Amino acid sequence: MAVTKTIEVALSTTGLGPDGRPIRIPLGAEGLTSAPPSLEPELEGEHMLINIGPQHPATHGVLRLVLELDGETVVRCIPHVGYLHCGFEKIGEYRQYNQIIPWTDREDYLNSMGNNVAFALGAERLFGIEITARCTVLRVMAMELSRIISHLVWLGTTCIDIGAFTPFLWCFQERENVYKLLEGWTGARLTTSGSRVGGMIADVPSGWTDGLRAFLRQFPKTLDEVDRMLTRNAIWVGRTVGIGVMTPEEAINYGLSGPMLRASGVAYDVRKDVPYLDYETYDFDVPVGTNGDVYDRFLVRFEELRQSVRILEQALARLPEGPVDVDDPRVILPPKHKATSEMESMIHHFKLVMEGPRPPIGEAYVPVESPKGEKGYYFVSDGTAKPVRWRIRPPSYVNLSAIPRMVEGHLLSDVIAINASIDIVMGEIDR
Amino acid sequence: MPLDPMQLEPAFWPFLIATVVKMLVVFTLYMVVVAYSTLAERKVSAWIQDRHGPNRVGPWGLFQVLADGVKNFVKEESMPGDVNRPTFLLAPAIAFTMALTAWAVIPFGAPLPTPWGKIDLIVADAPIGVLYPLAITSLGVYGIVLAGWSSNNKYSLLGGLRASAQMVSYEVAMGLSVVAVLLLMGNVSLPQVVALQAAGGWNVVLLSVAAFVFMVSAFAETNRVPFDMAEAESELIAGYHSEYSAMKFSMFFIAEYANMLTASAMFATLFLGGWDIPFTDWDTTGPATVAKALATFAIFAAKIGAFMLFFIWIRWTLPRFRYDQLMSLGWKFMLPVALAYIVIVSTGMLLLDIAGVTRGSGAYLLAFLGLNVVLMGLLFVILDRGRLISPASSRLDRARVDRLRAVAAGRSSIAAGEVR
Repeated sequence: MAVTKTIEVALSTTGLGPDGRPIRIPLGAEGLTSAPPSLEPELEGEHMLINIGPQHPATHGVLRLVLELDGETVVRCIPHVGYLHCGFEKIGEYRQYNQIIPWTDREDYLNSMGNNVAFALGAERLFGIEITARCTVLRVMAMELSRIISHLVWLGTTCIDIGAFTPFLWCFQERENVYKLLEGWTGARLTTSGSRVGGMIADVPSGWTDGLRAFLRQFPKTLDEVDRMLTRNAIWVGRTVGIGVMTPEEAINYGLSGPMLRASGVAYDVRKDVPYLDYETYDFDVPVGTNGDVYDRFLVRFEELRQSVRILEQALARLPEGPVDVDDPRVILPPKHKATSEMESMIHHFKLVMEGPRPPIGEAYVPVESPKGEKGYYFVSDGTAKPVRWRIRPPSYVNLSAIPRMVEGHLLSDVIAINASIDIVMGEIDR
Repeated sequence: MPLDPMQLEPAFWPFLIATVVKMLVVFTLYMVVVAYSTLAERKVSAWIQDRHGPNRVGPWGLFQVLADGVKNFVKEESMPGDVNRPTFLLAPAIAFTMALTAWAVIPFGAPLPTPWGKIDLIVADAPIGVLYPLAITSLGVYGIVLAGWSSNNKYSLLGGLRASAQMVSYEVAMGLSVVAVLLLMGNVSLPQVVALQAAGGWNVVLLSVAAFVFMVSAFAETNRVPFDMAEAESELIAGYHSEYSAMKFSMFFIAEYANMLTASAMFATLFLGGWDIPFTDWDTTGPATVAKALATFAIFAAKIGAFMLFFIWIRWTLPRFRYDQLMSLGWKFMLPVALAYIVIVSTGMLLLDIAGVTRGSGAYLLAFLGLNVVLMGLLFVILDRGRLISPASSRLDRARVDRLRAVAAGRSSIAAGEVR
C-alpha cells in the first residue's frame, strides 16, 4: 500500500440511507406534472417558421433550431437537443471506473484525451490517489493536445460556416498531425481511452517527444497563415464583429464558461483559478476579450492555440523520467510477467479485473478547463466498484443555453456564425 | 490591284453556312470548356488547400468531367412532392439556356480567311452588341427565382429571394460601369469596342474604376463567393437547387460555370482588349490570315482563362458576405461610384476634346490613365477607409485589433465576482 488518504466528504445531494450508504438518486421520479410545451410556436403575422437541423451542415451534429423569421431576421429561436442521447451517465452506473473511460471518449469526441484525463482526475480524488510526476506532465500534454484538436476543428468548421473553405483544410491537416501523435501514444485516433485511474494507458513511445517537438515547430506557421487569411479580412471582420454579443453579466448569469465567458471579458480559467495538474507552475496567459461577440471568441480561441503551444513546450522541457502509473495495488494491475508467474500477482490481477478497484464511500468532483469550458465528472460512490451516480458537467450544454439570447434580432446568416462560435459538440450535450 | 476573294465579305449562302458552323463549334467548345472549368476549379482549390484534387479518372484526372457527366445522366431523377411541376422543370432549362445564349455576340478572334470569303469570328454581330449579353444574363435570374419558388422548400425560397434581389441590384452597377465604356468607345458593337481598344489602349487602363465595378458586379451576377448568397451551403444548404437532382441539378451547375465564362469573356472584351494581342499591331493591320485568327483566338482564350482563374482563386480565399452587407455594398457603394464615374469620364472627355487632344493618341491615354490613378487612390485610400472594400481592418483599426488580442495580464477570480 503506497498512498492512502482518507477523504472528508459531505454527501450533499443524496444523503445516507439506513445502511450507511448513499441513496440512489431516483430517476424520473418527479414525473411530468403538466403537458410538455408545444414544440412549434404560434406565428405572428407574416412570419415564417424555419427548421434548422437536426440534419443541417452548420449545426455541428444533430442540433435542431426552430427559428421564427421575419424576412430574414430571427424573431424567436427555440433550440431542441437530445437527438444523440445515449445514456452515458446511466451506463456508467453499471461499469467499473476504468470501464467508464471509453464512454468519456465518445461524449466530447473532439477532446477525448482531455476527457479521459478529467475523468481520471475526478476518480483519483475519489480514490485518494496522488499520481506520479511523469504522469502529471504527460496528462498536461494530453489535455493541451486535445485542446489544440478541438480548437482546430472549431476554427475550421467556423470558417466553413462563414463561407471560407480553405482554412478548414489547413486546420484539419494540423489536426491530422496531432492525431498521429495520439495514435502513436494510445493506438487510437479519435477514441483514445488514454488514461486509467492512477496513471495512463501507457508511457509515450520512444521518439514521441521528438515528434511533438517537430509539431510544435511547424504548427505556429500554419496558425500564422490562418491568421493572415482571417483576422484582418474585411469580410470576416464584418461577419463577426458585433454579432451575438454577451455582456459579462449575462455571460455569468447564463453560466457560460471557457472561451465564451472569457470573450465577454470575464477572466476565469480553471487552469489558473482552480489549478490542477500543476498548471499553476506553467507560464501561460489567458486571453480575454472585451466585446463578447463572435469576433472576440474567435480571437480568444485563436490565442489559446498559441498558448497551448507554449504550455506544451514547457511540458516537454520538464518531462521527468520515472514510472507513469502510481504504485498502488488497489488500482494498478501487476506487471504481466508477474501475473503469469506468481500466484499472488495472478490473484491480484484476477480480482482487479473481475471486481474492479473499490473507492471509499464518498463523492468527488474535479473541474478542468476543457476546450469548451469548465468540465468535470462528478462521482458518488457507495464503496462498491461501480459508481452510484456518475455525472458529466458539459460546458457545451450550458453554453448552448444562451443561443436564443444571442441570435434573436440577428439575421439568419448570423445564426450560423453564432452557433459556430459557441463550439458545441452534440455528443457532450445529449450524452 | 486584284481583289483577293479570301479578304472579301462572304456571299449570302456561305455566310449562312458559316454562321451555322460557328454556332456548332462555339457551342461544342463552350460546353467542353465549361466542363473542364469544373475540373479546373477542383484542381485549383486542391492546390490552394494542399490537396491533390481529382486524379483517379484518366491521366491527371482529365476524364473526371466525363465521369461526372455520365453520372449525372444516369442518376435517378427525384421529384419532391408538392412541387409546381411545370415551373420546377422549366427553371433549370431557363438558367441553362440563358447562360449559353449570352455568348453569341462576343468576338473571339481576328477574321478568318476562307475560299468563300472573310469570316468574322463572332456568331452574330448584332447591332445592339453589349446590351444583348446584359439582357440575357438578367433573364437568367428567372431560372433561379422559379427554381426557388417552385421547389416548395423554405431554404430554396430564401435562396431564390436572395438571388433575385442580389442580381437585380448588381445588374444596375454593372450596367452603369458598361455605360462608361460605351461613352468612351462611342459604340455598342463589341467588334468595334475591340477594334478601338486595339488602336487606343485597353479600357482597363483608360477606365480602371469601371473595370473594378464591373469585376465586382460580375462576381455578384454569377453568384460566386464572396457573393454566393443564393447557395450559401452552410446556411441554406445549396439554396435554390436543394431539391434538384441528376441532370436538372447538373444544368444549374453548368449554368453557373457558363455564366462565369460569359462574365470573363465580357470582361476580356470590354476591358482587356478582346482578342487584341498587346504591344503589337500585327494582329489588327494588314490582310487577314489563318495564323492571325488562331493567334488572336489563343490570346482571347488566355485572357478568359486568367479571369476564370481569378474567379476560382477568390472563391477559395474569401469568406461570404452577409445578405444585408451585400445589398449595402451594391446600392450604397457600387451604384454611387459607377454614377459618379460616368460624370467624371464624360467631363474628362469633353475637356480633352476642347483641348484638342485626339482620341486614341498617347496624350489621351496618358490623361485618362492619370485620371484613373487619382480616382482609384481616392476610392481606396480616402473614401473607402473603414468601409467595405478596403483590403484589411475595415471596421477595426490596427490598434483595436491588437488590444483585443492582448492577453489579460491581471488575473481575477469568479469567486470575487470581479468583472473586467
